[in-house]
Amino acid sequence: MTENEKPPSLSDLDARLRRARRREADEEPGKGPAGPPLSGIGLAFRVGVELVAAMAVGVGIGLLVDRWLGTKPWGMAIFFLLGSAAGVLNVYRAVSGIGSAVGYRNPRDGGTDKE
Amino acid sequence: MAAAPPEDSPLHQFVIQPLVPIHVGNADLSFTNSSLFMVVAITLVTLFLTLGMRRQNLVPGRWQSMAEMSYEFVAGMVRDNVGSAGRKYFPFVFTLFMFVLFGNLLGLLPYSFTFTSHIAVTAALAVTVIVGVTLVGIATHGLHFFSFFVPKGVPVALLPLMIPIEVISYLSRPVSLSIRLFANMMAGHTMLKVFAGFVVLLGFLGGWAPLAMDVALTAFELLVAFLQAYVFTVLTCIYLNDAIHLH
Repeated sequence: MTENEKPPSLSDLDARLRRARRREADEEPGKGPAGPPLSGIGLAFRVGVELVAAMAVGVGIGLLVDRWLGTKPWGMAIFFLLGSAAGVLNVYRAVSGIGSAVGYRNPRDGGTDKE
Repeated sequence: MAAAPPEDSPLHQFVIQPLVPIHVGNADLSFTNSSLFMVVAITLVTLFLTLGMRRQNLVPGRWQSMAEMSYEFVAGMVRDNVGSAGRKYFPFVFTLFMFVLFGNLLGLLPYSFTFTSHIAVTAALAVTVIVGVTLVGIATHGLHFFSFFVPKGVPVALLPLMIPIEVISYLSRPVSLSIRLFANMMAGHTMLKVFAGFVVLLGFLGGWAPLAMDVALTAFELLVAFLQAYVFTVLTCIYLNDAIHLH
């Protein structure tokens, strides 16, 4: 609080800021909020889109497989079911608040999956 | 265009009109109103950032602080979701955010065109994101990246079932990413036009109620414009984090 003490120069401040930022960046390995905060209608919309998108992708793959292999109804039927399963998986991941991470596992159950 | 919506339809605003017809072979590469607004968006972003940072004061003025805020916002988003490994990809994420944001905001001006309300545009952006992120994952981890699709702790007998499900789930990401942006923009702008149509139909006596509704909706659309640009970018960051860190 002494008046005659010289204030630290700006370059010094800059250097200290950089050091502090680097320390902070090292400590935290990119595990921030996993996804945007959602209101009720936002969540509803997101869940709907996730479910339908996966189903649509499944049916699309099924139709392509059918055209490629000539197995007319079967590819679509099987991939529709797989797509529905993927849709439910997406919804489960979306509502359990972990984004839509494929292959994500909650660190609390397991914990052996650190690579 | 077999059946373009008539002039007074709420969907007329989404019609693509070629401004400079360009045909190469069978491909229609015309410069359309959609392309025009993309060029306008890019020009405005560039002007906003370069002119805002023209005088780099230590204590920023209003314009400079807006430019710095947008930078800080995206930088914080990348840092929180991807960590320091994501710093390399900041330019891409920032460009994506500003492009989508300015596209959404420009669309709110009367007589303008909202290019983010077309799934062709949002799907192209989303596919770019997913292909890029997958390439980043493969470049970072090599073939080990594909272990991403093998859920851990699952009995081997179930793997033939689980791997296709995970692959479909991964492939559905660009679909849901693009549908979310385009559907939000299209629904909001259609609603604005529907209520604006009521103003005309109800005339001077009854038109005030839908007019008030339109004012409120415009404010809401402003929120949606920011929110959807944010959602699009933050999901890009999350996908990038998955590819870099492979849970």
